[in-house]
Amino acid sequence: MTKRILIVDDEPNIVVSLEFLMKREGFEVAVAMDGEAALKSVEEKTPDLVLLDIMLPKKNGFEVCQTIRANPELQAVKIVMLTAKGRDTEVAKGTALGADAYMTKPFSTKDLIAQVRQILGES
Amino acid sequence: MLQAWVIASVSFAYLGVLFAIAYYGDKRADAGRSIIANPTIYALSLAVYCTTWTFYGSVGRAASTGIGFLPIYLGPTLMAGLWWFVMLKIIRISKANRITSIADFVSSRYGKSQLLGGLVTIIAVIGIVPYISLQLKAVSNSFTILLHYPDIVMPARAAAQPLLQDSALYIALILAAFTILFGTRHLDATERHEGMVAAIAFESLVKLLAFVAVGIFVTFFLYDGFGDIFDRAELVPKLKALMTVDDTGASYGSWWSLTFLSMLSIMFLPRQFQISVVENVNERHLARAIWLFPLYLLLINIFVLPIAVGGLLRFPDGSVDADTFVLTLPMAEQQELLALLVYIGGLSAGTGMVIVETIALSTMVCNDLVMPVLLRWKSLRLHEEHDLSGLLLSIRRWAIAAILLLGYVYFRAAGEAYALVGIGLISFAAVAQFAPAIIGGIYWKGGTREGAIAGLVAGFAVWIYTLLLPSFAKSGWLSLDFIKEGLFSIGLLKPQQLFGLTGLGEIPHSLFWSMLANIGCYVAVSLRRRPDVVETGQATLFVDAFRHTEGEQRSRFWRGSAQVQDLLPLIGRFLGPERAREAFLAYARRRGVGTIDQLEANADLVHYAEALLAGAIGGASARVMVASVVKEEPLGIDEVMNILDEASQVRAYSKQLEQKSRELEAATAELRAANERLKELDRMKDDFISTVTHELRTPLTSIRAFSEILLEDPKTNLANRRKFLAIIVKETERLTRLINQVLDMAKIESGNAEWHTADIDLQEVIEETLAATSTLFADKRISLEKHLAADLPRVRADRDRLIQVMLNLLSNAVKFCEEDSGRVTVRLSAESGVARVDVEDNGTGIAEADQATIFEKFRQVGDTMTAKPQGTGLGLPISRQIVEHFGGRLWVRSSLGKGATFSFTLPFDTGDARQEERRQND
Repeated sequence: MTKRILIVDDEPNIVVSLEFLMKREGFEVAVAMDGEAALKSVEEKTPDLVLLDIMLPKKNGFEVCQTIRANPELQAVKIVMLTAKGRDTEVAKGTALGADAYMTKPFSTKDLIAQVRQILGES
Repeated sequence: MLQAWVIASVSFAYLGVLFAIAYYGDKRADAGRSIIANPTIYALSLAVYCTTWTFYGSVGRAASTGIGFLPIYLGPTLMAGLWWFVMLKIIRISKANRITSIADFVSSRYGKSQLLGGLVTIIAVIGIVPYISLQLKAVSNSFTILLHYPDIVMPARAAAQPLLQDSALYIALILAAFTILFGTRHLDATERHEGMVAAIAFESLVKLLAFVAVGIFVTFFLYDGFGDIFDRAELVPKLKALMTVDDTGASYGSWWSLTFLSMLSIMFLPRQFQISVVENVNERHLARAIWLFPLYLLLINIFVLPIAVGGLLRFPDGSVDADTFVLTLPMAEQQELLALLVYIGGLSAGTGMVIVETIALSTMVCNDLVMPVLLRWKSLRLHEEHDLSGLLLSIRRWAIAAILLLGYVYFRAAGEAYALVGIGLISFAAVAQFAPAIIGGIYWKGGTREGAIAGLVAGFAVWIYTLLLPSFAKSGWLSLDFIKEGLFSIGLLKPQQLFGLTGLGEIPHSLFWSMLANIGCYVAVSLRRRPDVVETGQATLFVDAFRHTEGEQRSRFWRGSAQVQDLLPLIGRFLGPERAREAFLAYARRRGVGTIDQLEANADLVHYAEALLAGAIGGASARVMVASVVKEEPLGIDEVMNILDEASQVRAYSKQLEQKSRELEAATAELRAANERLKELDRMKDDFISTVTHELRTPLTSIRAFSEILLEDPKTNLANRRKFLAIIVKETERLTRLINQVLDMAKIESGNAEWHTADIDLQEVIEETLAATSTLFADKRISLEKHLAADLPRVRADRDRLIQVMLNLLSNAVKFCEEDSGRVTVRLSAESGVARVDVEDNGTGIAEADQATIFEKFRQVGDTMTAKPQGTGLGLPISRQIVEHFGGRLWVRSSLGKGATFSFTLPFDTGDARQEERRQND
């Protein structure tokens, strides 16, 4: 069964690259440009994994992560946080809020794909 | 008809009541439950200031000079305002030094000089005798007038009566006996008379009640209130004149000098000093007296004018002496009881004054005049007496009797020549002579014994010559010639126009010359030599009274050796052996030793003994007595100066320490603030770096991702390949722009930016920018309007930088406008001294809350509906920096959804700017 991945980022070019990568790897892809759109998308059709940027309009990545984790029906959703802010505190915060992985921008596409696959148990 | 025996027995009954109060007060004081430890009683007892002179004389003076009676009460009211400084200091000094009278005060201040104490005593006695005679005159007059009730008969001249039928003589004798009973029942080391103070507070109420009763009777029963009386007075020209003050120099001079005189009197009249300083139980009582006493004066003065006018209207022919209106008005209206009450009020006022004044004077006569002489009189062998307290008491008793008889003699001699007020003022002027020595003594350390003596003698001599002798002459004791012609017929020596000074009343005239002589001699003679050891010590105690606590400094100026066995009997001789033992025992317990024998006879004990003795016989005599049993080693002036210098050095040093610690505190606070600022800057720098990093990573992410995609899969289809490469190029440009702007910002902020300043035509700059951005407008099909004023003066700025600002504003405007419907308007106009450029768009607008934020670095306010706006977040901050660099302002006006207008101004070139630049470049 094809896994579904939700890409959440407000940088159009990053979205384009992620979308291309994930589709190439054979995933089903959905896109959201801000935090609220992301939550709405999760509600409409639960993804297997969310690639989540932190600096987002309306609701930031931490809030989105928290909301997803607070919902028992969404326990299976994996979350990979992507951020341009590489400070240790933010990594810690993301992990504490229940993210499964944390990747700093700019990332290696190979590593990202490997990470995603590993988390989805497909490696 | 009031029988003589009725009046007499009422009088005695009243005196009996006073005595009973005093007796009760003393009993309570002995039991340690003082009834006068009460600020209201203290304030009331101060009203001993109001004598028969107030009670009868104010109306007399008001009847002849209108409101001319007021300065006598205005002065004390003004002075009360200063009490908290002057009086408090005198009280504190007196308590610390066991001062028992005003003579004691002056003599203590100037090195415990016996001569000075005696001099002050003599001046006080001579000066006050007329005042006492005035009380006798008033009381005896009121007695005589009341005796003829209901007829109104003015008393005949006192001299015309045979001595033995003169009521004034009997009054003097009765008062003397009464005062002796009051004031000298026993000897008290503190010289305080609690019972007497209680009685005085009571009599103050009685006289106030009596006077107000007459006032109300005259004002509201005889006439229809204040308005009615003054309306009637308006109709009589002579009375109308009373209501105004003459607009002449002499009149004002008189007002000022009487006010000044009474300001001094309220402090320095012996009875006022006695009541306000010596009898003061608690210096905090002063706080209530400061307002209650002036209130009392106001109450007792309210009805003076109505009674005076009422009397003048009732007795228009002048047959009745205005001094008696208070009594004769109720009599004329057949108000027997009211008349009796008035008589009691007057008696009360007179008795109160006589009692306190003679007690105060007798203490002075005994301690500062008689005892010093007796103690020197070796043949009396007083040194060998075991108990002198009996002798002290009898000296005081005789002094009281003598002073009252002197008052009677003056009354017989001069009494009729003067109205009541005139006599009182003569006494005031005498007492005023104490002011320079006392006021100078508590504020100036330079005053010396000789200076004080010279001032007092000079002032007193002028007083005798210009006031006392003329008063004798007017009463027939002396030839009037020397008043009219001057002494030895020298015109300049006329006592009431001394050195040709005319145009002043006799009191202002005398006050002027006596004060001039007094202050002049005091200062001039004092300056001739440096104060000696004892004077310096005392001066420090007095002038710095607020700085030292009791006893802290005194013993430091004394060195010597003594024996307790010598001191105790010495004190016992004056206070009685029993009392002396008690006092020494109390002292021993305070020092933590059980018995007198264990006491160490050090400097402190010697000073304690001296202070005890000072209470009984005055400071000057006490010093002599103590010196006789103590082996003193005189301190040299240098040593004293050393002690004082040391003290002042310690003070200066501790001041410096305080100063330093304050400075340290301030420095610490500054450091803390600076540290906070640094921390804040550090946080800002941290944030800045973090933000820049974020801004750099974002384009890098896309670039890396697409590069890897292309690298891994060379067979990517052409359309994608082109699309990805375009993104890579765009993001690279973004990266470059960002780096440039960060560097630009850093340069501008650090002041290292290069500015190519020239005269700029703004219109040209705008046109050029618009041309450069035309493709931006065309791409989104946004319409452009421009309203550019032509031929504006030029501005001094950097052309490229201004283009940068315009580009930023225009591209922002385009960025936030909708495609097709967008419209941007550019305006250039002139305001006062500045050119103004507006760039208006009809785009999304900026919420009020965000308008300040957009000028901060990296603070973009995104269009949240779609995505983050393009740009680095540095454009507006840089633009603002540029505009402000050239003396302009950049701001925005907008509301959400209604477009935004960015405006900036730049000052027109006036030449100043260029000079400024040149100066900076130099």
